[in-house]
Amino acid sequence: MLRFFFRRVALTLPTFVALMFVTFVAVRLVPGDPIEARTGERGIAPERLAMLRHELGLDRPVWQQFLDYANGLLHGDFGVSIVTKTPVLHEFLVLFPATLELSICALIFAVVLGVPAGVLAAVKRGSVFDHTVMTAALAGYSMPIFWWGLLLIMFMSEYLGLTPVSGRMDLINYYFEPVTGFMLIDSLLSDQEGAFGAAVAHLILPSIVLGTIPLAVIARMTRSSMLEVLGEDYVRTARAKGLSPLRVVGLHALRNALIPVVTVIGLQTGTLLAGAVLTETIFAWPGVGKWLIESIARRDYPALQGGIMLISAIVILVNLIVDLLYVAINPRIRHG
Amino acid sequence: MAEETAIDDPMPTGPAQLVLDSASDGAIGVAQPSSIAAIAAAETVPPEITPLRAFWSAFSENRGAVLGLMVVIFIAVLAIFAPLIAPHAPAEQFRQFVRQPPVWAGGTWAFPFGTDALGRDVLSRLIYGARISLGIGLSVMLVSVALGIVLGLAAAFMRGIVEVVVMRIMDLVVAIPSLVLAILVVAVLGPSLLNTIVAVTVVYLPRYVRLVRAAAIAELSKEYVVAAQVAGVGKIRLMFVTVLPNCLAPLIVQAALGISDAILEAAALGFLGLGAQPPTPEWGAMLADSREFIRSAPWIVTLPGLAILVTVVAINLMGDGLRDALDPKLRRS
Repeated sequence: MLRFFFRRVALTLPTFVALMFVTFVAVRLVPGDPIEARTGERGIAPERLAMLRHELGLDRPVWQQFLDYANGLLHGDFGVSIVTKTPVLHEFLVLFPATLELSICALIFAVVLGVPAGVLAAVKRGSVFDHTVMTAALAGYSMPIFWWGLLLIMFMSEYLGLTPVSGRMDLINYYFEPVTGFMLIDSLLSDQEGAFGAAVAHLILPSIVLGTIPLAVIARMTRSSMLEVLGEDYVRTARAKGLSPLRVVGLHALRNALIPVVTVIGLQTGTLLAGAVLTETIFAWPGVGKWLIESIARRDYPALQGGIMLISAIVILVNLIVDLLYVAINPRIRHG
Repeated sequence: MAEETAIDDPMPTGPAQLVLDSASDGAIGVAQPSSIAAIAAAETVPPEITPLRAFWSAFSENRGAVLGLMVVIFIAVLAIFAPLIAPHAPAEQFRQFVRQPPVWAGGTWAFPFGTDALGRDVLSRLIYGARISLGIGLSVMLVSVALGIVLGLAAAFMRGIVEVVVMRIMDLVVAIPSLVLAILVVAVLGPSLLNTIVAVTVVYLPRYVRLVRAAAIAELSKEYVVAAQVAGVGKIRLMFVTVLPNCLAPLIVQAALGISDAILEAAALGFLGLGAQPPTPEWGAMLADSREFIRSAPWIVTLPGLAILVTVVAINLMGDGLRDALDPKLRRS
C-alpha cells in the first residue's frame, strides 16, 4: 500500500516538470509581443521599448527565462501579470474561490440528482422512468453547455424573470468586503438582509449549466454500477433472507455500487474546470476561467502561463488523491 | 444483467471476427447474444452469414443506434450537397430582411428559419455549418486515429524509453483540462478553422494512443502472435498486419464517439471566438454572434445550438450502438 502510494506520487513529478516546460514554451510561441499589444497602433519609442523589454526580462536568452520561470515556480512565484502588475498567484487566488464555489455547487447539483436517478433507473430497469433518465443523460452528455446556458438565460431570466442574468451578486443593492471569497458565506457574514438570497439566486443557473455533463455521467455510472451489484449473490441472499427491498437496495447494494461512482465524481475536476471557462464566460462570472480567456485577448503571457499551470496542477493533484482514495476504499485492488 | 456477466470473458476478441473472416481465432470467446449466430457460423460456415451481416444484425437490434445512423446520414447528405440544398449563399446579406423571424413565427418562406443580424439566411448557414462541423469531427478523428495507431503500437512494441516518453506526454495532455489545452494551442497558433482541428486533435489524441497500446499489449501475449514471430514475420508486418486488426473493434467505437466530442469541443472554441472566424458559418461562432439578440431574436440563438445538440446526440447514439455490436466488453449499461 505504502509502496503504491509512493510510486503513484513519484509518477506525477515528471508530469509537473513537463507541464512547466510546455506552458513556458507554448506561451513563448504565442504570436504578438506583449509590449506591442499594449502600446497598440500608437507605436513606441525604440529606447522605451528596449527598457520595457529589459524590465520584463524579455531580452534575455530563452533558456535563462525558463530557468528563472522554473525556479520561481518552485518558490511559489508564478510571475507578474503584464496588464495588472500584480502577482499571477495573487490574482488567481482572488478569483479561484468564485470558480471553486461554482464548481462545488455544480457538483452538488449533479450528485444530488444523478445518484438517486441512477439508482432508481437501475432498480426499475426497463421502465418508463429508466428510459427517461437514460435519454436525459444522453442529451446531457451531448449538450453544448454554452448554448444550454444561453437557453436557460433566455427562458428563466428574460422570459420568466426568475433569476439574474449574470455575475455573482447584486452589486447595486449589496456591498461587502470579501472575507472568504465564497459569496454564500460572505453574504451571511455581512448581516445584510437578502444578500444570501441574492447570492443563491446568482448561483442557480451557472450551477445547473456547469453540472449538466457531470450529472449525465454520474447518472449513467450509478445506473450501470448498481445493475452490476444487483446481480451479485450477496444481494440475492439478502433478498432471500426477506430483507425489505429498501434495505437491500439502500444498504447492501448501494454501498458497493457507489465505489466506482465516487471515483467518477472525483474525476470530474477536469470537466468542471474546462466547463467553468464556458460557464463563466456566459454568466460573466468573475472566476479563473473567464480570466484565462481575457488573458489571451490581452496577450498577458505570465497570467496565461501561470493560470494554465495552476489549473492543471489542481487537476493532477485531485486525480492523484482520487486514485489513492480509490485504492484505500476498494480492498479488491489494494494488493493488485 | 445476465448477458453482461456472461460476456466477462478474459479474452478481448470479437475484433478478429470483423477482419479475419473465418480465420483461426476469429470467433473464439465472442459471447454477445446477437453474435451467437456468428459463432455458429464459424463452426458450420454457411456462406451467407458474413461478419458484416452479423454486425448489422447486432447493430440494427438497437433502435436508438439505427435512428442515430439515419440522422447522421441525413446531416451528412445536407453537408455534402449544401450548395444544392441551401436556398441562399451562407454569407449573402439581405439588408432589407435583417432579423426576420422564422416561418412559424410569422416570417416568410424565403427565409424558412429567419435571418440573422446581418440579414443572412439562418437555414443556409446551418446547412453549410454542417459541412464545417462534420468536417472538423472527421478530420480530428482520422488524424488522431492514425497518430494513435502509430504511437500506440510503437509504445506497445518497443517498450522501454519510447513507451515511457510517449505515455508520459499523453499523461500530461490528459492532466490539462480539455478546453484549457485547446485554448492554449489556439492561442499559440492563432484562431482559425485549421488550428481548431489541430487543437482538438491534440486534446483527444491520448485516448487513442492509450487504447491502441493497451489492446496491442493484450494481443502480444497471445499464441497467434508468438506463432507469427516464430514463423519469422517482420516487426512492421507484425504490428500492422497481425496485431492491429485485432485491436480495431474498440478503436472503431472510440473513433465514432470521438467525432461527437470533437464537434462539441470545436463548437466551444468557436463560441469563445477562438475557432472558425467570421463569416464562416460555424455553429459555435454563430451562437457567439447571436448572444446579444437573446431577447429580440431568439431563433438566432436557438437554432445553431439545436443543430449541435442533434448532431452530437445522433453520433453518440450511433457510437453506443457500434459499441454494443462490436465490443460487448465495453458495454456500459
